Amino acid sequence: MNISTLINALPGACAQGLVWGIMAIGVYITYRILDIADLTVDGTMATGGAVCIMMLMSGHNIWVAMLAATGAGMLAGLVTGLLHTFMGIPAILAGILTQLSLYSVNLKIMGKSNQAVNVSNYNLLVSLRYIKGVPFWQNTILIVIIITVILIAILYWFFGTEYGASLRATGCNPGMSRAQGINTNFNKVIGLMISNGLVAFSSALLAQYQGFADVNMGRGAIVIGLAAVIIGEAIFGKIFRNFALSLLAVSFGAIIYYIVLQVVIWMGIDTDLLKLLSASVVAVFLAVPYWKGKYFTKPVRKSGSGGTGSVNGSSSAQKGGSRNA
Amino acid sequence: MLDIRNISKTFNPGTINEKTALDNVSLNLEDGDFVTVIGGNGAGKSTLLNAVAGTWFVDEGQIMIDGINVTKLPEHKRAAYLGRVFQDPMTGTAATMEIQENLALAERRGKKRLLRPGITKQERGEYKELLSMLGLGLESRMTAKVGLLSGGQRQALTLLMATLQKPKLLLLDEHTAALDPKTAAKVLEITELIVNRDHLTTLMITHNMKDAISHGNRLIMMNEGKIILDIRGEEKKHLTVKDLLDKFEQVSGEQFSNDSALLG
Repeated sequence: MNISTLINALPGACAQGLVWGIMAIGVYITYRILDIADLTVDGTMATGGAVCIMMLMSGHNIWVAMLAATGAGMLAGLVTGLLHTFMGIPAILAGILTQLSLYSVNLKIMGKSNQAVNVSNYNLLVSLRYIKGVPFWQNTILIVIIITVILIAILYWFFGTEYGASLRATGCNPGMSRAQGINTNFNKVIGLMISNGLVAFSSALLAQYQGFADVNMGRGAIVIGLAAVIIGEAIFGKIFRNFALSLLAVSFGAIIYYIVLQVVIWMGIDTDLLKLLSASVVAVFLAVPYWKGKYFTKPVRKSGSGGTGSVNGSSSAQKGGSRNA
Repeated sequence: MLDIRNISKTFNPGTINEKTALDNVSLNLEDGDFVTVIGGNGAGKSTLLNAVAGTWFVDEGQIMIDGINVTKLPEHKRAAYLGRVFQDPMTGTAATMEIQENLALAERRGKKRLLRPGITKQERGEYKELLSMLGLGLESRMTAKVGLLSGGQRQALTLLMATLQKPKLLLLDEHTAALDPKTAAKVLEITELIVNRDHLTTLMITHNMKDAISHGNRLIMMNEGKIILDIRGEEKKHLTVKDLLDKFEQVSGEQFSNDSALLG
């Protein structure tokens, strides 16, 4: 247990957390804004990397490869969306079906279960070798921070538009949305596409970072995504009320997740147990709001404002999907 | 304005739970009609409103709104012609969004939602004015989340949202039933105000016979999926609760069995 080993490992953990943070922002869009737990992401988190690596190996530009990866992710989201809306399959099951089929698709994209690229032969955007000893503008951490900020800015703008607002309404109250003339099925499909596009983009970054794409690299991605969302909300929820800031909190959540993971590994835990640990932590955090509601609710007080009856519905007021202009 | 021709709807056909909720119903509303709808539980009142709103499609018959055949139009497309307020105050608004955002969503009903700003500065000003008309103090809380409002405030807001884009038809589904009497009276008062101001064609379900009599220019009573009474004009003005009960027994041959309708 040498503290310097841990400190040396931290920049890497930060970089990984940042990359997964983009994935977690994708999860936030489905889980918090659309109110769908989308399990497609376990598959998409490998598809993006697979597409990116294969495109690179066939001599394409890094940006073209990233774009193609994002497109592939959006396609996966489209499939889940259609399974859910057009074929009437419950969202969670639709995601599982797409995720399973993506396993085959990913194998076919790569031709085998694992494809690696050598960082010195390709012009990669990020890599675990670009953490230390490179000019600062090549530093992976800086590059992923810039990408994250740009993505958050775009999402902030998008969810403030007429269409973006209708997406938020769709997740918050589908019945009301239809009564206001919003095509909720169409919106769910678009939301799933945006989310999975982000996840695949993150996957493409991750594949570059670690230097390979693997058919199993997305296993448990949804749990990591949820963990990031929940950790971000638990720590920054009270101060970060603005929509852009709550996306930033998700990214911070992912970084914290990877730092904690690094600490746990450093402490010498059997790494085979890590996924069990992650799932347990997420399970407990998911239970907290329920327990709070069940065992710690105070009686509702009457509010005098406007002289109109009792307060209700405030319990759901803190749920996501909100966006302060 | 609204022309319903021989519509029928059966839920769970062919099962033990089969229920004919609408049985060959026809109804014609003139422009500016304010029709109140009463009837016992399961009489088909809400089913009638949902049929018009397009929550599902009817099995038979035709629904025309202002000459447009909407029978096969999905709910979100029909919404362009309709303003709706529901019984449950939670149903009509997006709780996690701001008051002004909810209004902006409603303002765009029936229009294309593009990548323009979700709410403009000019709209904020307009909403402030409209909200102050309600007299509930909401104009100073425009950026508050709707989930923080009381049931009455939410119903008043939903009413405003339903009428922000003047609808061809306003559908009120027992929109005061979940409120305490004082708040219900206030929301009804606002309803009258808006309906008269915009000269709206309105279909209002209520389980309160007194309200059904004192509001609107026409009253229909439903029972077992049929319209069994249709009273309008002078006759409606002189109607009493006792008249209604007598007529109900006369037409249906049974006692009116809904306490809240009698006591309310």
